[in-house]
Amino acid sequence: MSTPAAQDLQTLLRVERLTTRFRTRGGDVTAVNELSFELAAGEILGLVGESGSGKSMTGYSLLDLVDPPGYIAGGSVRLRGRELRGLPAKDWQALRGDRIAMIFQDPMLTLNPVLRIDTQMVETVLAHRRLTRAEALHRAHAALVRVGIPAAGERLRSYPHQLSGGMRQRVAIAIALLNEPDLIIADEPTTALDVTIQAQILYEMQTLCREAGAGLIWITHDLSVVAGLADRVCVMYAGRIVEQGSTAQVLESPAHPYTRGLLDSTPAAALARGHRRGEALRPIPGAAPPLAALPAGCAFHPRCARADEQCLPPPPQAEPASGQRALCWHPLPPGAALSGPAASLEAP
Amino acid sequence: MTLFLLRRLLQTVNVLFIMSLLVFVGIYAVGNPLDMLVDPQATRADVARVAAALGLDQPVWVQYGRFLANALRGDLGNSFLHGTPALQLILQRLPATLELAVSALLIAVLLGIPLGLWAGLRPDSASGKTIMAGSILGFSLPTFWVGLMLIMVFSVYLGWLPSGGRGPTREVLGMHWSLLGAEGWRHVLLPALNLALFKLALVIRLTQSGTREALLQDYVRFARAKGLAPRRIVGVHVLKNIMIPVITVVGLEFGTLIAFSVVTESIFAWPGIGKLLLDSITLLDRPVVVAYLLLIVLIYTLISLVVDVLYAALDPRVRLAGGQAA
Repeated sequence: MSTPAAQDLQTLLRVERLTTRFRTRGGDVTAVNELSFELAAGEILGLVGESGSGKSMTGYSLLDLVDPPGYIAGGSVRLRGRELRGLPAKDWQALRGDRIAMIFQDPMLTLNPVLRIDTQMVETVLAHRRLTRAEALHRAHAALVRVGIPAAGERLRSYPHQLSGGMRQRVAIAIALLNEPDLIIADEPTTALDVTIQAQILYEMQTLCREAGAGLIWITHDLSVVAGLADRVCVMYAGRIVEQGSTAQVLESPAHPYTRGLLDSTPAAALARGHRRGEALRPIPGAAPPLAALPAGCAFHPRCARADEQCLPPPPQAEPASGQRALCWHPLPPGAALSGPAASLEAP
Repeated sequence: MTLFLLRRLLQTVNVLFIMSLLVFVGIYAVGNPLDMLVDPQATRADVARVAAALGLDQPVWVQYGRFLANALRGDLGNSFLHGTPALQLILQRLPATLELAVSALLIAVLLGIPLGLWAGLRPDSASGKTIMAGSILGFSLPTFWVGLMLIMVFSVYLGWLPSGGRGPTREVLGMHWSLLGAEGWRHVLLPALNLALFKLALVIRLTQSGTREALLQDYVRFARAKGLAPRRIVGVHVLKNIMIPVITVVGLEFGTLIAFSVVTESIFAWPGIGKLLLDSITLLDRPVVVAYLLLIVLIYTLISLVVDVLYAALDPRVRLAGGQAA
């Protein structure tokens, strides 16, 4: 039987029309706008966008960690078919750190400075498992070894300030992995680190998720990170997913002009797409609009070279290829050449 | 650690020396103790005899030199007024002040931290706002007025608690303590509350602002993302971080509780050292004033030492200066 519930069992996470708003003096502001996407077990999803596009808030919304004045206004989040929206606080507490784990951006700030690593790891195990302290400690040790921390026993007795940024982020990742979660949300965990450390951690995360069969949502502003890591990509702009599809689809033949603009302003991606070395990169003109004053219709149209009057009503969902969707009135044809010279992209 | 203690000891000796010099010269400048001690009708010869007996006929640097020589042997001189050793006079009254100060500190900490936490966790609730408004009163109401009101309400109208004195004492280790019996606790309650009020307000505000700040930190959000119970997040993750500033301030405030509880001691007729100091200054009883201030310096140094050690114990990032490099 192919009921929706049975389908959901294969899909690890199904997010439908998830909306998060903030109460402000000037009325409610929508930070996450009707987000819909799916994630299979063992799959890695890249959530890409500029700062302020709502990608971090999406992560917090999935964990119900939105602090006031923010609130989740609507939509549905299902984990293995189980609806999470509206769960009582106790159930959320049981889910967090157990079935869904999150890793934050700045490893310098995520660990409590006055508690030892073992304390911070053991408490995470004991919050969800009826184990003795010794068993929990054993698990913590194993988790540190798994993320490639040398002298794990010694590190357990360290305080966070005694570890480097890369080590601290590994500890945070180890904490996220402690209870073998089904879903890991990683909010730009490598942004604050050196590129060499970043590459190691990316590789390790990829391996760990494949081995454990956990779904991974990797939030980043960096398309080149996504290219090497993710199976599928969601591109966010002004609180909405404007394009999603397989990594190959989105990066090689983007349908949304915003995705194209992002690619053209990323040095590595632009080079790969035939951009000549030494030639000026083509940044997207203008800046992302403030969430409180979004343009009518497609929020990207004031910055878009392809925009016309038609873009004023809300854009439809175009499906240029199977599994690839773009929120656009004028999606780019597949395999289109690079967009025109930067001068013609000038916003009014 | 040893080096740290040694350096501290040296600093203390320095401060003691400077303190004694300042007080000595200060009191010399204020006036002549002979005017206070000797009957105005006394003959010149009598005055000269008293001056010679007390060593006041010598120039001030000679007097100070003698004091210093004696002090190094542990003798801080006899009170001009009582003729008994100044230090003994102070130590007799120290337990009363210590009992009062410790009670006040306990009230400030045991009430202040929970109230501050509550207000910090619920800054917009009616209870949180009430606590913060109350703490402003604690800051701004003058101690003497609150003391009088406490006496009016609890001693005069309600008759629940005694209005002054410290009740019967019991001798332990050669000193007289009153908190060993229930009657002592009844006596200490009002003056301790009076003395604690300002510190209570301080602890509430410190804890409240620390809590609000800590709640915004990533490590608290991470703790929530780990699925920890709110009780553990507040009781361990938040509390341990905010205890660092609280300990520092409370420690230093404890020193002022001991040294300067004069107003409360006067209102509640508490036989502590505050009253003794006031009388000694009025009568220019120099040995007592000097001995008192030296003792206070010692107590302060001791407290700040304890604070530093606690600080290092609470905050792993702090290593005591002079210890091995971390």
